[in-house]
Amino acid sequence: MRAAMQNPATISRPRASVWTDPQVRGWLFQIIAVIAVVAIGWYLFHNTQHNLAQRGIISGFGFLDQSAGFGISQHLIDYTESDSYGRVFVIGLLNTLLVSAIGIVLATILGFILGVARLSPNWLISKLATVYIETFRNIPPLLQIFFWYFAVFLPLPGPRQSLNLGDTFFLSNRGLNMPSPNMAEGFWPFLIAVVVALVAVWVLARWALRRFEATGRSFPTLITSLVLIVALPGLAMLVFGDPFHWTVPELKGFNYRGGWVLIPELMALTLALTVYTAAFIAENVRSGIQAVSHGQTEAARSLGLPAGKTLRLVIIPQALRVIIPPLTSQYLNLAKNSSLAAGIGYPDMVSLFAGTTLNQTGQAIEAIAITMSVYLAISISISILMNWYNKRIALIER
Amino acid sequence: MEVHQFRPSLPPPRMSVGVVGWLRSNLFSNWFNTLLTLLAIYLVWLIVPPLLKWAVFEADWVGTTRADCTGEGACWVFIKERFSQFMYGFYPAELRWRVDLTVWLAVIGAAPLFVSAMPRKALYGAAFLVIYPLLAFWLLHGGFLGLTEVETSQWGGLMLTLVIAAVGIAGALPLGIVLALGRRSKMPAIRVICVTFIEFWRGVPLITVLFMSSVMLPLFLPEGLSFDKLLRALIGVILFQSAYIAEVVRGGLQAIPKGQYEAAAAMGLGYWRMMGLVILPQALKLVIPGIVNTFIALFKDTSLVIIIGLFDLLNSIKQATTDPAWLGMATEGYVFAALVFWIFCFGMSRYSMRLERKLDTGHKR
Repeated sequence: MRAAMQNPATISRPRASVWTDPQVRGWLFQIIAVIAVVAIGWYLFHNTQHNLAQRGIISGFGFLDQSAGFGISQHLIDYTESDSYGRVFVIGLLNTLLVSAIGIVLATILGFILGVARLSPNWLISKLATVYIETFRNIPPLLQIFFWYFAVFLPLPGPRQSLNLGDTFFLSNRGLNMPSPNMAEGFWPFLIAVVVALVAVWVLARWALRRFEATGRSFPTLITSLVLIVALPGLAMLVFGDPFHWTVPELKGFNYRGGWVLIPELMALTLALTVYTAAFIAENVRSGIQAVSHGQTEAARSLGLPAGKTLRLVIIPQALRVIIPPLTSQYLNLAKNSSLAAGIGYPDMVSLFAGTTLNQTGQAIEAIAITMSVYLAISISISILMNWYNKRIALIER
Repeated sequence: MEVHQFRPSLPPPRMSVGVVGWLRSNLFSNWFNTLLTLLAIYLVWLIVPPLLKWAVFEADWVGTTRADCTGEGACWVFIKERFSQFMYGFYPAELRWRVDLTVWLAVIGAAPLFVSAMPRKALYGAAFLVIYPLLAFWLLHGGFLGLTEVETSQWGGLMLTLVIAAVGIAGALPLGIVLALGRRSKMPAIRVICVTFIEFWRGVPLITVLFMSSVMLPLFLPEGLSFDKLLRALIGVILFQSAYIAEVVRGGLQAIPKGQYEAAAAMGLGYWRMMGLVILPQALKLVIPGIVNTFIALFKDTSLVIIIGLFDLLNSIKQATTDPAWLGMATEGYVFAALVFWIFCFGMSRYSMRLERKLDTGHKR
């Protein structure tokens, strides 16, 4: 009896060799692993130093201040050939972010439509969605980019014979030319009206929700908001005049002047990435909606909720929890796939920096390291953002 | 006494059964559905007839030169003329039987693995996995045992695509399993090393990895040691893919109930025997569909080697479309490439779905 009450720590363990002690072994394994990693790292570093010295390459980031000396077909900030490689980096980064952002928005919209369509009770619609999904997710994205670029956009007629869409949009092998807005006298009143309308809608929505929760009386928030958003800026336009002058592109010589232009590389890349990623997002949306058990729909309907509210208040919030994590990885894939731009010469991060800059300066390690860290940073930020959102909507259990 | 006679049951309403009923309930159940159906029919009518006209009815099938393409539709003569280049690249024409033989050996050798009644399947599979790669290397590359050498720079077309995909998965699988075990390890240093490795490769696009392996790898290696372009690309692909495999395998490891680990430990099995005999056989079986999906992604990603100048299927086609004798064939070329990739990927995804149903034996309570 007394022996059983003894403190377990004082019970002596059977003596065994130090080598069979799991803890000792654990430490040993870890020390060996760390030494191996450090040794491999040092070996590669040593070789690199030697090779760089052999080829007379001076490592470091000094090259970022040198003048680049090459033209770039699309830059969101001012750029001339005499600008530095540092500026080239910023332009490449902005172009990558631009194509990723457009792609994510469009692919999400298209993907949600397709995902819902695949579950549609309408046989034809659901079959069409299935055919779309199975076709486009089984063709490599680079091939799709090539198709749109080399087989669709480049064979378009030149600017002189361009496809004229209502004298405002012109589609040619140089891209899509469209009118650009310029500030006019009515711009500031218009902007103020928009802001006021948005604030009013926000206040109204909060008030309506509070009143609904307190008294159960509902208020037609959606219609009132729409009226507010259309009416206030419209009134401002009537009183103070047009907010914008539109500069319509004009054919001068061999190309268009004025207005904005979407270069064919950007269009091909965005189109291909959207079409490809939407097929995957559609599958995520479908499985998310299917994951909500049918009892939820039935319960909501038996509580008297109409079909629209069932979908909006019961099904979608639950489906989103399932959809968000795979959606995050689709966004990450899209951002990473935007690097396929290098295949058609869209001036993104990879083609400008790991391509042209690397070839001109020979700073292979620096250029690749910078490019890779940018993508790592983008990946990590997207996952942090989506994790935060996921946590916000996650089911809080006891 | 009068016996009550039941009247014969009425037939179901004509409007709710058969073709009409199906149409009514599936396509025209209400005004919105009808609208959608009409819209979809219009869409199909807009796309399908012109596509068929282009690809089949008005296409040119016979001939040898561009001048033979007189119709309005596709010029499949181009594909026919360049077909062997798309399949073999610049592999010497008189040695192409070696490529064919390699493919046939793979088909014949792997066929017994798909027969469920085959005895000693695991042993046979292991032997196949060891012997076949050596045989394939000997046949494709040659240079010893009586076969003339064919440099990897002459490899190309679909054959190169398949080589990259197959070597990529075969190399990534063992590395990925080790990484997954490391990530689940209780030793902090091992775990940190594995997590860093996995997250690094998963965070960067394959293109930058290929750039890295083509321009940085030569700098990393000691002087005098140099790899050919294909091998460098393969190293990049294997490292990249192993991170994805590791995550798939980790999913399988996490799905094994804790009782299995505890039972194995209670039987007195050490770590490696516990993993090798109890956990991994179950976990790997669970993740076979996931591995097939990763393989599909890898197969599609092989097209990226175009960036570092290897002549895989896509690059062969791209080069052929820039041939002055066949200008303006981009659409035909890329549609053909898309078809080849689609057949492979779609076939594998169907196979993976079938496997998933077949292997779904336990762990669901």
